[in-house]
Amino acid sequence: MQQTIQAGASQDSFKMLRAMVGIGAFCGLLIVLTFEGTRSRIEKNAAEALERAIFKVISNTTKTTTYQLDANNKFIPFQKDVQSDFVVYAGFNEEEELQGLAIEASGQGYADIIKILYGYDPIKQEVIGFYVLESKETPGLGDKIEKDLTFIVNFAALDVKLKDDQSALVNDVVYVKNGTKKNRWEVDGITGATISSKAIAEIINQSAGQWMPVIQKNKAPFEYIEVEQNQE
Amino acid sequence: MEDNVANNTSEQNKTGLSTDEFIKGLWRDNPVFVQVLGMCPVLAVSNTALNALAMGLATAFVLLMSNILVSALRNFIPKEVRIASYILIIATFVTVTDYAIQAISLDLHKALGAFISLIVVNCLILSRAEAFASKNTIGKSIMDALGMGVGFTFALFCLGAVREILGNGSIFDIALFPHNFQEWVVMILPAGGFFTLAIWLLIFNGFKTKKAAV
Repeated sequence: MQQTIQAGASQDSFKMLRAMVGIGAFCGLLIVLTFEGTRSRIEKNAAEALERAIFKVISNTTKTTTYQLDANNKFIPFQKDVQSDFVVYAGFNEEEELQGLAIEASGQGYADIIKILYGYDPIKQEVIGFYVLESKETPGLGDKIEKDLTFIVNFAALDVKLKDDQSALVNDVVYVKNGTKKNRWEVDGITGATISSKAIAEIINQSAGQWMPVIQKNKAPFEYIEVEQNQE
Repeated sequence: MEDNVANNTSEQNKTGLSTDEFIKGLWRDNPVFVQVLGMCPVLAVSNTALNALAMGLATAFVLLMSNILVSALRNFIPKEVRIASYILIIATFVTVTDYAIQAISLDLHKALGAFISLIVVNCLILSRAEAFASKNTIGKSIMDALGMGVGFTFALFCLGAVREILGNGSIFDIALFPHNFQEWVVMILPAGGFFTLAIWLLIFNGFKTKKAAV
């Protein structure tokens, strides 16, 4: 009698194990197949989205080349297998003349980290464009940083000039209340999205303060380099 | 009355498929308006018509695939581990959907955010697996999933369309009103989700009560 019960129990356990392992294996396989099947498409989408953003922040751009900062603080064309703290996207027009640099930056917003891309003109030393790459700011309020045209205009020619010794910005990029902007380094905020618009000013200030001296000291000869399209 | 129901059921069993399985999800047992299931995405992602439609279709796809698999494996899964197995199956199809949406459009993926992963814990899907697919044939489970999926998508779209029209003055990003239209920003904020859902529930139940009275 006891033996029968034991045999029944071990048979039940085997059935449970068989079901879980079988379903687990099938599900694992399905996920791997989907991942492999969609990977190239997802990478392509991400690259296209970044390129579109670069075109938005540097006007007249039709071609881009990615540069990275090497261990000796020199800009070199991007290499996948070399680690780097800082990457810039150089934008060129049809004649392959440098139009500006696009720089990624991020910082704490109201809801979560906001990730942005901004355009920089190394000759005029100005921010020339701005685009939000990632944000979870409140729809209808905080997300105006992406949509409010009067806010975006702030970044059409935002002054980020360096001091003569190229050590820091002459004037920090600062947030001012809506309608009170007087100087070209001030960011006119959005009523109802104070924290989010302040966050953008701080992100740009922090990033420009850190990287503009590096870019200006380097005087790197950014050149268009044609990259062979990866075959999928 | 009960005999009639029993007769109907046996008739349906003979034919295997019944449009009733499909219709019930659309109207009589609509997952949102009647069962009030899966409220988290209903309230959170219905701020625009496109988001609502995409979320509805993603949920419907997961529901359909999990119903098929659960129904196909119903004699293979012991009852002690059924919930774990269903969750595993549902989570797999959610992951598949997540990759598919990223491959279709990164912007859409960005708009739906964490709510795609949260389809795993949508009680609608688990309840259909447990209450229906695990006890019925594949054909019936497909009809049930299609009905519930379309019903869920329809309900989400009803909410999304109203919220986008009032909150943004547009539908599918096409402006409907002149420039001087003052948007009701509250409608695309979470509070607007509750307002819109309440109004739709009122209308839906009003219809049902009227019909029952007749």
